[in-house]
This record gives sequence, structure tokens and C-alpha cells, in this order.
Amino acid sequence: MRVSLFVSCLVDQLWPSVGLAAADVLRRAGCEVDFNDEQTCCGQPAFNTGYRDEARRVAQHMIETYEGDTADAIVMPSGSCAAMVHHLRELFEDDEAWRARAEALAQRTFELGSFLVRELDVEDVGARFDGRVTWHDACHGLRDLGIRDEPRRLIANVSGAELVDVHSSESCCGFGGTFSVKYPEVSVAMLDQKLQAVEQADVQAIVSGDVSCLMQIGGRLQRRKSAVRTIHLAELLASRG
Amino acid sequence: MNDPGTEPRIAHLAANDFPELAKRALDDSTLRGALHHVTDLFGDKRENAVAAMPEWEAMRERARRVKEETLSRLDHYLEEFVRNAEAAGVHVHFARDAAEACSAVEKLAQRFGAQTIAKSKSMTTEEIGLNHVLEDAGLEPVETDLGEWIIQLAGETPSHIIAPAIHKTRGQIADLFADELEVERTDDVQELCSIARRFLRKSFADADLGISGVNFAIAETGSFLVLENEGNARLSTSMPRRHLGVMGIEKLIPRFEDLEVFLRLLPRSGTGQHLTSYQSIFTGPKASPDDEGPDEVHVLILDNGRSALLGDWVTRQSLGCIRCGACLNVCPVYKQVGGHAYGSVYPGPIGAVITPQLAGVEKAKTLPFASSLCGACRDVCPVKIDIPRLLLHLRGKIVTGDGPPHVGRETRKGRFLERMTFRAWAWWMSGARRYRVAGWFARKLQPLGARPGLVQRVARKLSPPLGAWTAGRELRPAAPRSFRELWREQEGSR
Repeated sequence: MRVSLFVSCLVDQLWPSVGLAAADVLRRAGCEVDFNDEQTCCGQPAFNTGYRDEARRVAQHMIETYEGDTADAIVMPSGSCAAMVHHLRELFEDDEAWRARAEALAQRTFELGSFLVRELDVEDVGARFDGRVTWHDACHGLRDLGIRDEPRRLIANVSGAELVDVHSSESCCGFGGTFSVKYPEVSVAMLDQKLQAVEQADVQAIVSGDVSCLMQIGGRLQRRKSAVRTIHLAELLASRG
Repeated sequence: MNDPGTEPRIAHLAANDFPELAKRALDDSTLRGALHHVTDLFGDKRENAVAAMPEWEAMRERARRVKEETLSRLDHYLEEFVRNAEAAGVHVHFARDAAEACSAVEKLAQRFGAQTIAKSKSMTTEEIGLNHVLEDAGLEPVETDLGEWIIQLAGETPSHIIAPAIHKTRGQIADLFADELEVERTDDVQELCSIARRFLRKSFADADLGISGVNFAIAETGSFLVLENEGNARLSTSMPRRHLGVMGIEKLIPRFEDLEVFLRLLPRSGTGQHLTSYQSIFTGPKASPDDEGPDEVHVLILDNGRSALLGDWVTRQSLGCIRCGACLNVCPVYKQVGGHAYGSVYPGPIGAVITPQLAGVEKAKTLPFASSLCGACRDVCPVKIDIPRLLLHLRGKIVTGDGPPHVGRETRKGRFLERMTFRAWAWWMSGARRYRVAGWFARKLQPLGARPGLVQRVARKLSPPLGAWTAGRELRPAAPRSFRELWREQEGSR
């Protein structure tokens, strides 16, 4: 399987280790991995703030980038970006040609964890991580793409890792893109409530499939001088103890 | 477009104060404790009720289709309802907006010579601010639902669609009763209920008119329904000699058999009940003097901005809402700030889409942004309203409009800067080379912004979002080298 890795703008600029880990995990699962240098962003920040023209412009760049890419699948270490690609068609309601191109891209686009489990039928990538961890369901992966069991199964197969499910795993971390800076107090209050259950669970790390959530959660944990750390699913799956 | 001359309005609207009201709510630990308790309770009960129904998803889809069928041919079903209701002896009235509706009710009450009016819970009469109009006319509307009565005594608006006094603790209610009713203070629930019962029973007996809301109106039979748990709606619609039901145009369903799916969805979604304790179906007044029930039945059908949403399938969805309140209980924003922060009688996710659509986006432009778009509301909605999509639709209308800024803290300059930032961002992100160059510059400039002291203070001042982020969270710095640099190096050496 030839995979083109879309790392997302956040991983490219802030969290390159997640991209490298994703490539490593995909290779271990038997994929040939490529990185298309034309990639930038999926357009979500503008789309979610209401700037549709701006989002459309970036979306068109995204679509063109991958039309010239013959990979079998485009895989992203982000449920949020993958969900955005599935929403791109909504930007082209009056433009049938572009809508078809957006839909064609969506059909080849997958989030990393669900790609491993659903498309490659791989649940054990031979990772090792010693410690108790909990999973944070990032909203768009969970509710737009229906990703719930896949990452949990992958984590359960990491030797040495103990997965603790907390009741707040499905509640939003409060990031929400520009929401986090338009209503910062509400955003942080949402996260604090979620973290209450996490802190009671006595875990070493919170694992998630989206760096945007991890930026929010990690930034707050750091401010609160918490010992709990954040780790991306790709990094967990790439770790060898 | 609305009819010329009409002015859709939501009573006591302060939706643009969301930023301040939300902050005030966050500081109120009593409120937040009550909110967490009740929303979790309702949420858990709903989840249990749904888990026991394997056909839940099929029922939601059926309900959505019935609503879509109705709303796409609403003129037809309205005519059918009116024809059948009138044939059953119901007097039908229409109101284009809140002011017309209130004045129609006031005139009716005066024609009946009504003094005391027994009201059962109705979001529509809250929307139009009916009680104040009636009180100003010297009449005495008495809310007979316990929660509604509590907030009427307190002079407040509801903070939840089905549990209007959700924000009040038992202790606060004990104080309120002692102050307003001049009874001895007690915080025993049984005693508080019996005090309420004593006062409310008298109102049912005294009332010359009963006013109820309408959960569903059936075109095929001209009937309308009220669902409730306390029996107060049954009493206020049967003891007074006249009964008036107030409904929005969207309450219609085509056939009696369609009720089945809604009667199963609504109580489970709202409170987790299999059925509400009372379902009252009204089809005209009593047929003979020996029968029970009112001599006269009236129904008032209200538009107040609704018909303007019918033309487009995205906006039309919001008229499918059956006011169950499920989206409030799962909304992480509502759970933190409660209903009053929204500054509208319709709070929470559904309120954030209904309020600006009925009252006009200019009057509620903070609300569509008061969401992290987590989608929990969409998952629980019994009629499958795509609330996140509606929020995005409204955000688009707001940011491309020419109105004043949409968030309290924002200035006109901030609004301009946001627009310019996204324009510049779109340019940078639509070409790989300029994106790379921008990333490189950001990395070079970053050490300046990260330096504590004056430079950082200036950076935060220049970039309000940066200040907003760092008030409660550390900022993740840009990596020393981007992924693409590292990748090129790694793959070059492979």
C-alpha cells in the first residue's frame, strides 16, 4: 500500500516528532510512505470561523496537491483534518465540478489510527510503553468519523501500557479552534472539568489523535504544573520503551 | 424574508452579552454545582433510556422525515390543521410576531373578563414575553408548572428548556418562598411542594382562562397536545371555562399516527422517561354541557420569524426542534455557564441557532461562536438537527456581514484584523513556497516573543488571541525545525 502522509500544518510547524512517528508506524505496518511537499493546511481554521471564501481557497490547494499524487491513500495523524476533508464538499455547494473533486479526495483520506485498524487490519504495531495512560476522544474523529474502538484496540496492544478509560474521555477538551481564544475562560473551564476525572485516574499520560487537543490539554497541564503528560497516538505507537 | 411591518422579537433578549454573562456564571460556584448535577442526571437518564431501545436510530430518522415533510409543505398542513380544528369548534387566531400575539391574547383575556389566568409551561409564551404584557394590562397570569412558578416568583427567565429553574438550589428556593409567600422557611422538599400546591390549587379554581403551550398539533384531526409531568397543564386546561393554546407554526405534524414516534422520542430525550406522566390531547371544546372540559378552546398560531427559515433546508432544520432539551444536557459549554449566560429564553446549542435566526443575527451574534463544535448536540438530537452545521452557517453570515463586532471583547479594529488575518492566512496557505517561507520567519521571530518582560507584553498586546491563550495555558512554541526539514534530511540519508 502506497501512503501519502499529510501531517497537518500544526504538526509541521509545532510537533514534527508526531509526523516522523506516523511515518514510522505506517512503515512498520507494511506501507510505503511518501510526503508531498506541496501540502499546507486543510482549511479548517477559516471554515470553522465562518470564513468560507478563505477556506475554499486553501481547500482548492489541498485538492490540487493530492490530485497529482498517485498514492493509494492519504493518511493524517489527525481526526480533525481528516473530518475537514470529508466536509470540503460543503464549500462547493454551487460548483459541481469542484464538489466532485472534493469528494474524490475525501474517499482517499483516512485518519491514522482508524486507517491501521480498518484498512490494514493491523492492531499491534509492536510498540512498547511502560505506564498507565488514558485516551482522549477528539470530537471530530469521534463524532464525524465514528472513531471510537480503533485507537483503544491499538493502545491495548502496546506492551507495558495500561489503558484506563475515564468517564470524561468523550467530552470536549475545550479547544474548538478560534473558540479557545474567543472565549478563553469557558474553554479552560471545559477542560478543567474534563481533567478532574483524568487526575483521579492516576495516569502518566493522556493520549489523543489530534495535536490541537494535545496543545490545549498540554498547555493547561503545564500551567497547572501537573505531572501528567500528553502524547500523540502516533508517538505512542512508535515508542519502543 | 419576513412580511413587511412585522418585527420578530424574543423577549428579554441580551444574547450579545454572552461574553460577560458567561464569565459571571463561571464565577458562581453554586450555579455550577447545580448545573453539573442536573445536566449529568438528565444526560445519564437519557442514555439509559436510549440504550434500552435498539430501534432508536430508526426512530430518529423517522421523526426527522416527518418534520421535513411537514416543513417543506407547511402551508398545506397549516390549512389542513385550521380547517379541522375549526370543524371541531376551535377558534383559531394568527399572529405574525410577538407584539401581535401578546396583544391578541390580551384582547381575548379582556373579552372573557378574565382576571386570574392559569398558565402551564410554554416556551413560546416565554419567547414572546406574554406574562409581562398581561401583567401590564392589570391581569394576573400564574405559572402553574413548579419550575416556572419558581422563576416567576423570582422575576427571572427560564435557564433550561424543560427544567426552567435548574439554576436554583433547594436553599435558594426555600429563601424565595419565605420572602415572596410569607411562609415559614423550610428546605424540606415535601413541604416546599405542599406550599406550592396550596398556592397553585387556588389559582386553578380562580382562573377564568387557562393558557398552555402546544407540543404537537395534528393537521389530520385539528387536535393539539400537551405533555407534562405535574398535572398542572391538565388542570389549567380543564378547570377554567376557556383554554387557549399558543403554538409556533412549526409544531405541526401531518397525521395522528406520526405521534407515536414523537411520544417515544421526546420524553426519553428530555428526562429519560418512557412516557411523560400526562399526555393531554385537545380536539375542540366539550360537546355537551354535561361533559368535562372548557366551553371554549382557542389556539393562537405564531410566526415570529419562523417562516423566513422555511426556504432553505439548512435553516429549515431548526424548525424541527421539539424542545426536549437533550442538547443542553450534553453541551460542554452549557454545562459550564448555564442558560442565563445565553441571554435568551432559548439557551444551549439549539438556542444558539434559534435565537439569531428568529431575532436576527445582529441581535445574537455572539451565540453561534459560543461553541467548540464538538457535535455532542447533533448526536443526541431526536430529530437529527445538524446543529454544528447551522452554527457554521450562521458564523459565515456574521463574519461576512457589515455589522459591528461579534464578540464582546472585540473592537471594530479587532474584527477588521481578524478578517485581514484570515485573508492573509488563505494566501499563505494556498502556496507551498510562501507557506514554507512564513514558517521559517515565524521560527526566527519566535525567540523575541517568548522572551519574558517587555517584548512579551508588547507581543500579547499586539495579538489579543495570544494573550487570551496564555491567560490560562502555556503556549506550544514552534519546533526548532519543521517536519518537512526533518523529513528531507531523514529521507536523504535513507
